Amino acid sequence: MKTTIKLVLMCMLMYASAAWSEALKIEITQGVSSAQPIAIVPFSSTQVVTGVAVDVAQTISDDLMRSGRFKSLSRFDMLDKPFTAAQVNFRNWQALGQDNLVIGEITEQANGMLEVQFQLFDVYKGEQLMGFSLPANKTGLRGAAHRISDLIYEKLTGQKGAFSTRMAYVTSTKNLNGKHEYKIQVADADGYGAKTIVTSSEPLMSPAWSPRGDKISYVSFEAGRSSIYTQTLRTGAREKLQSFKGINGAPAWSPDGSQMALTLSKDGSADIYVYNVISRSFRRLTYSYAIDTEPNWSPDGRAIIFTSDRGGKPQIYRIAASGGQATRVTYEGDYNARASYSPDGKNIVMVHRVNGQYRVATLELKTGFVSILSDGQLDESPSYAPNGSMILYSTNDSFKSILAAVSSDGKVRQKLRLQGGEVREPAWSPFK
Amino acid sequence: MYKKLLMGLLLSTTLAGCSMFGGDEQDTDGSMSGMHDGASTSGMMDGSNYTGHPLDNPASPLSTKVIYFAFDSSAVEPQYEAVLAAHGAYLAANAGVSIIVEGHADERGTREYNIALSERRAKTVQNLLSLQGASSNQTEVVAMGEEKPAAAGHDESAWHLNRRVELIYPAR
Repeated sequence: MKTTIKLVLMCMLMYASAAWSEALKIEITQGVSSAQPIAIVPFSSTQVVTGVAVDVAQTISDDLMRSGRFKSLSRFDMLDKPFTAAQVNFRNWQALGQDNLVIGEITEQANGMLEVQFQLFDVYKGEQLMGFSLPANKTGLRGAAHRISDLIYEKLTGQKGAFSTRMAYVTSTKNLNGKHEYKIQVADADGYGAKTIVTSSEPLMSPAWSPRGDKISYVSFEAGRSSIYTQTLRTGAREKLQSFKGINGAPAWSPDGSQMALTLSKDGSADIYVYNVISRSFRRLTYSYAIDTEPNWSPDGRAIIFTSDRGGKPQIYRIAASGGQATRVTYEGDYNARASYSPDGKNIVMVHRVNGQYRVATLELKTGFVSILSDGQLDESPSYAPNGSMILYSTNDSFKSILAAVSSDGKVRQKLRLQGGEVREPAWSPFK
Repeated sequence: MYKKLLMGLLLSTTLAGCSMFGGDEQDTDGSMSGMHDGASTSGMMDGSNYTGHPLDNPASPLSTKVIYFAFDSSAVEPQYEAVLAAHGAYLAANAGVSIIVEGHADERGTREYNIALSERRAKTVQNLLSLQGASSNQTEVVAMGEEKPAAAGHDESAWHLNRRVELIYPAR
């Protein structure tokens, strides 16, 4: 008995251990001229700290640049490189046209832990805006850098930073035997530290985060037909949701984590159902003869939007999470699908077809105003950052599927490439 | 209403099935050429020269096991009605055989919607098979969406090969 448990555990660990893979390479393809100039001086160590290969200042600089809200000063242009407040000469930074300055220091504690101190200054007022000291272990230094980016970003923009978040996505590659290999990976929001959570020779799709960010649900065809699995990220252990004849797809967690909306076709055509995680029971939400799929919860958990072609073409509809009559949300265009709410619930982002091209577009719920944010031909799977600042999606680039990000105002654009394979269906994690 | 129309078409094509595969109609419909080409094969229609498995007989509509669809459509096009009639009749005559009716979509549009669209295509095919007497437990629908393209390209020449329903018989 004990050996069985051990074996099962070992299998789960093997499943979860998975190789660290190539990082996604991020390239900013469009920035904004109104970005705030900020200087981030290389963090200094007064003692030799061994086993640390992370450039904290560079990581912060990359984070802030990616947001499009900041323009970081090149190190080569810095006149001096202070790491204590006493060493700062504000006039040097004023002369370089910087609004803000970040300095920092890393020290090793007796117990081997690191302490990362940083200070943020207003260069013109010559005063400190913020100063913090964060503990970190040597493998967690990149995480500490992202937390510092979050603090700086929030202080200077008033919006919570999302640099400490992660993304899940699906990759498709061909192995040496020419066989397809599908993976779901989780990486930091800057593309680093990609880790495979599941590998299959059959398609994987629709990764969806639990609201606490500790689990990912996804659709797997490993049994030859679709089933939904929920996997705990820390352990790699996973649970298969009760499977039905037909489609088992499009999992979407409710904001409180007590329910999951999904698509089943067991009663005929594809319809939306709600699974209660606690009672383990299913409740049917929609009853159309048409296709109803791709459910997504409003941030307050009261409504569910979904794709339906009950009117002939796919459009977005909204229904109370408790059930009832669905109302149509989208009217512009003859193809609107896979919508999800912005974190503040004021907008939805969706795939919108215009002149035969599939684009990422937002719709302001109050006015119905549609803004097209992407410029590809086959853009899909848009996913909001948890602070609403950016939208991740997949696009085709040189006939290969890659990820792209666009700021929700459409001004900043990035591409995220994976070497040697296709990457698609990004899902941005919630806040930690 | 659309179903009635299809049923009517299907009945008429079943009756006309033999002459349809005699070769006459191929000249007027180029899309038939994928099934067999030219008058040379018409003499094999009775199967007298063919000694293999009937499902593999290149002269029989049973040898066609992939049905292609128009963009965003789950309607079976007329040239496939005889094919489905033959498969339906084959299943009706061979109650021990069961198949997977696997639906697919091209890459355009969202992935989960395409899963549902591919299921709708497969179910249309399943219905036509059962109209010929295939029992419901002989056909299982599997919806693969755009996840398993037959052709890798990103244009109509690939897309039309990917909008398909495959009739998958057990290995012989």
